[in-house]
Amino acid sequence: MKYLDEYRDRDATRVFLKQIRETVTRPWKIMEICGGQTHGLVKNGLLDLLPDEVQMIHGPGCPVCVTPKSLIDMAVQLMEKGVVVCSFGDMVRVPGTTKSLLQAKAEGGDLRVLYSPIEAVTIARDNPEKEVVFFAVGFETTAPADALSVLHAKKEGLTNYSILVSHVLVPPAMEAILADEHAVIDAFLGAGHVCAIMGTTAYEPLARKYQIPIVVTGFEPLDLVDGIYRAVKQLEAGKYKVENQYSRVVRKEGNLEARKVIETVFEVATREWRGIGPIPDSGYRLRDAFVDFDAELKFGVCSDTAENTSGCIAGEILKGLKKPHQCPYFAKECTPAKPLGAPMVSSEGACAAYYHFSDHLIKT
Amino acid sequence: MDKKKIELGHGSGGLLTRELLDELIFSTFRNPYIDQKHDGAVLPLTGEVVISTDSFVVSPIFFKGGDIGELAVNGSVNDVAMCGGIPKYLSLAFIIEEGLPVEDLKKILQSISIAAKRSGVEVVTGDTKVVEKGKGDRIFINTTAVGMKHPGADITMSRILPGDQIIVNNSLAQHGMAIMSEREGLAFESAISSDTTNLNYVVSDILDRFGTQIHLLRDATRGGVAGVLSEIAVDTSLGVFLKEEAIPLQKQVAAACDLLGLDPLYVANEGVFLVVAHQDIAHDLLEALKVQDPEASPAIIGEITTAHPEMVVLESKIGGRRVVTPLIGEQLPRIC
Repeated sequence: MKYLDEYRDRDATRVFLKQIRETVTRPWKIMEICGGQTHGLVKNGLLDLLPDEVQMIHGPGCPVCVTPKSLIDMAVQLMEKGVVVCSFGDMVRVPGTTKSLLQAKAEGGDLRVLYSPIEAVTIARDNPEKEVVFFAVGFETTAPADALSVLHAKKEGLTNYSILVSHVLVPPAMEAILADEHAVIDAFLGAGHVCAIMGTTAYEPLARKYQIPIVVTGFEPLDLVDGIYRAVKQLEAGKYKVENQYSRVVRKEGNLEARKVIETVFEVATREWRGIGPIPDSGYRLRDAFVDFDAELKFGVCSDTAENTSGCIAGEILKGLKKPHQCPYFAKECTPAKPLGAPMVSSEGACAAYYHFSDHLIKT
Repeated sequence: MDKKKIELGHGSGGLLTRELLDELIFSTFRNPYIDQKHDGAVLPLTGEVVISTDSFVVSPIFFKGGDIGELAVNGSVNDVAMCGGIPKYLSLAFIIEEGLPVEDLKKILQSISIAAKRSGVEVVTGDTKVVEKGKGDRIFINTTAVGMKHPGADITMSRILPGDQIIVNNSLAQHGMAIMSEREGLAFESAISSDTTNLNYVVSDILDRFGTQIHLLRDATRGGVAGVLSEIAVDTSLGVFLKEEAIPLQKQVAAACDLLGLDPLYVANEGVFLVVAHQDIAHDLLEALKVQDPEASPAIIGEITTAHPEMVVLESKIGGRRVVTPLIGEQLPRIC
């Protein structure tokens, strides 16, 4: 595969790993922001190849993991009202207060797993007698397609389509992690695809304020080791710049077309993060002009679920304060088959990643 | 048949049922057993009998490289073969949702007939039920295959030894990805076809040659190769070590898996089986598989080890290791 095989090359990866080993002189904690990067690290067995000094902390960039329980409860309520709920795949197994979307489906709800919100618009068009809601979960990466689905529906005059918005933004989450008094992160691997949309300028003030290197990084093995190497080099040299490892995809200004679509439909708002709580200006809501497409208002669903009744320590995990195996429930009461919290569900989630990698199991 | 669509009456046991059986079923499958038109069949089996049953609910029912009918024959035939059996006879039961076009049923019956001939089994008995619209999904099929045990076969998990080699007969994940691309309406440079096929002759051939040196045979259907290997690791209390580099995967299948966020190790196959064999014969067995099907890509993908008991560990292409856990629920596509 052009532009893929080159980034999965064993020898080239080994060269970077060797350089990391030769450069590192002391322990560093590097957080990869994006769940896709976590997945890449785990899938390729990279954690096994890094020197002990480099500790990767799996960040909050797993959209499934940070979607609050209350939103899942609302989606379940919609299904119980007979609404067709469309969702990305890994969202459907995350437990809400009483059930997951998959359980609501088993009880007779109409749930469709889709790859794109545009498909949900098609479902709405083909089924004018039904109400169709897309569960708009995700970071800046999924926001353009979700916004576009609303624009399409509006243009076509569809009145039976709306979205349940649970959009969150990366930079405010990074700031929340850094501002924590127990913050332990030495450097970030920035989320490549988020930056492909939004660009890299938003990270400059963060790097300066917290004196922390931020390396915007891709997802293939070679990207990841290159990103880690650049972060280690900066750390060892006492630098804190925003660097772009993923320059074949990421431009400084991002994707202007996509940003325009987002800005047309969404505005920045306070959002609640699962395990972290509300973060000011950390997500999107629909602008007033698109209020008819807001499923929350349209159907009057609400939930004031208190978070964290399950004992899940997602907040500490997402901030990197604790490793998954330091949770008393890890791999015991909480497994991917019976997750207590979201980080155990998605293959991008820190706990599931740990569970699947099971480094501690291999080495003992 | 006058009717264009299957109606509830076709399953009532009355005239419509008789018409359906006579004009579609009995005329398609002619043999001394089914010609009796009895409720069952009396079969001349001697010695150790091998039996396996399976139900087929695939959607869509027609897909690139096959359909539900072909799948239903190959599925049970292959399961008997994996037990070290030589399949001979097949039962065939339909649960049809009211409204299925008769033409679709005819096409499925044709596929069943062809697949049965290809694998040398005879359809000897069956059943047809019709359920109300909305109570099924077009058509469900159950088949049971019966056969005799191959005299050279001794297939059981307990015979697996450390050092045994793990061999696959062909590249992975074609069936699951063919179904997925059909469902998602995805078009790839060259379309992915299901790998559904009967494996009884190739299995019989390797059993003739290698007999008890073959310790386990297992087709990697639902749950994929990872599912089978996890089961082996847990049941034998031994470890399974896999080399990602050795795992045969078609380029477009790998690309489809990447695109849809799925791991090919967990994707269903319908013509892929694993052999766990004594290390002394592994290479000869590999050669035998190559001769059997020159278009397939058989490979030794790993081995049984005493390291990491009860775990499947995969060495990635770049040399890192990870644990391959069994699939939990359905494989879910990732958001990004």
